[in-house]
Amino acid sequence: MKTKKELKKEFIIQGALALFAKNGFYTTTIPDIAKSLKMSVGNMYNYFKSKDILAKEILKHISHYLGEKLKNINEKDISTQEKTKQIVTVYFQTAELRPEMIDYFLRVFLSNREVFKEGCEGMICVNDFITEIMIYFEYGVKNGELRDQDFFSAFGLFMGYLGGMVFLKGENILPNELNSYIDDISNNIYKALKV
Amino acid sequence: MKLLWLNLLSCNGNVHSFLNYPYIEKFLKDFSFIYHPTLKTSYSLQDIVSQNIDCDILLIDGTLEDGHTKADVDIKTIIEKYGTKAKKIITIGTCASFGGVFLNNEESKYGLHFRQTQPHYRYQELKHKTINLSGCPIHPETLVNTLYSIKKDYELKLDVYLRPKEFYATTIHNGCTRNEYFEYKIDNHKFGNLEGCMFYDHGCQGPYTNGSCNKILWNEINSKTRVGHPCMGCTEPTFPKNNLFETKKNMGIPQNLPLGVPKRAYLSLAGVAKAFKIERFEIKLMDN
Repeated sequence: MKTKKELKKEFIIQGALALFAKNGFYTTTIPDIAKSLKMSVGNMYNYFKSKDILAKEILKHISHYLGEKLKNINEKDISTQEKTKQIVTVYFQTAELRPEMIDYFLRVFLSNREVFKEGCEGMICVNDFITEIMIYFEYGVKNGELRDQDFFSAFGLFMGYLGGMVFLKGENILPNELNSYIDDISNNIYKALKV
Repeated sequence: MKLLWLNLLSCNGNVHSFLNYPYIEKFLKDFSFIYHPTLKTSYSLQDIVSQNIDCDILLIDGTLEDGHTKADVDIKTIIEKYGTKAKKIITIGTCASFGGVFLNNEESKYGLHFRQTQPHYRYQELKHKTINLSGCPIHPETLVNTLYSIKKDYELKLDVYLRPKEFYATTIHNGCTRNEYFEYKIDNHKFGNLEGCMFYDHGCQGPYTNGSCNKILWNEINSKTRVGHPCMGCTEPTFPKNNLFETKKNMGIPQNLPLGVPKRAYLSLAGVAKAFKIERFEIKLMDN
């Protein structure tokens, strides 16, 4: 069971996540976040000592959220083809229902790498998510569905594709809803990765 | 104590290994062989198969095969005769324990109580007194210390494959001098060099192979991994595998993970460890 302090931290993370994703990292200040949550600035610092620390905790929060969704898929006794479709579905659903999460990843984390340089070395802060993606790939190769290759070649193809589609959606370029692309994109990814 | 060393399908590697035991003269004062394939003994193989000579411990070396004879007597007859009267039976090496290199997918060949990981029941009535000492070859100290344990009535606890936990409970990784590289997931090894870990690219099976090679050194000096050669998993029922110098990976993840470590735990730790570039592990420390 989570403590009162942990629940409060989560509350701050949710609020800050929305503001960072909407306004960007540098233009969003701790007073902005405090104001949106009806908290005093001083009280905010009781939970997060700096904006950088908060930014890293948000990244871990998103990674954990998506990682848990992927873990559920990985633990199902289904083919890699079906898992591929379910991962695409989860990603697009998150982009529709919790757009701030994907926006944060694309527009804050990837665009402001200097903020995450210390404390989020390599993939540390997105470990939960990456671990599940690795398990998905590994299972696919092991059961003979996916071609064995360098992890990042496969990872870039998969996540770059999904990220690109969500970016296009965010720019209002896509003519249709993300959900309508799930079948085609799942098939494209699976065909590109399979043996 | 009287020992009978019965040589079956074997390459004599275990004999060589045993003869390299540094204190063999002392050993031969405490034990005597009624028969050994290379040492001078009081009885010939012909005597062994035709007579009923006192024997305390039966040592079986090599893969068992249906129909195999020694001095024109079926090995089953010999094993049952001396196995029944012996206080203990010891399988020497992986061939006698699990089938080993001579198995060659032939159903007629097996270890005394196991065919690789599967139980084999032909000598079931002797199982309760058997100790398996796997290894290719057997580590001489494992063999000698097991024999002294029997002589001194020290009860050795055995694992599921009848191997003494004293020597097989931990992995070869235990005591490996390359642990720092393993911890930070850096292979950076070239064969023969003293630096680098061989688990990630070079096929080292140390983290999932049970044995004492890095705790009880060979010739009191060295081990495969210390000298720069990957562990080949020679104490395991699945020995030998193919591609011993290459780590089988699926999309970059080693197929065989350290013993008992769940995949998620391994990948999480690996993700953290790999995030840091540690210069000391990237350069040659001794060769430069």
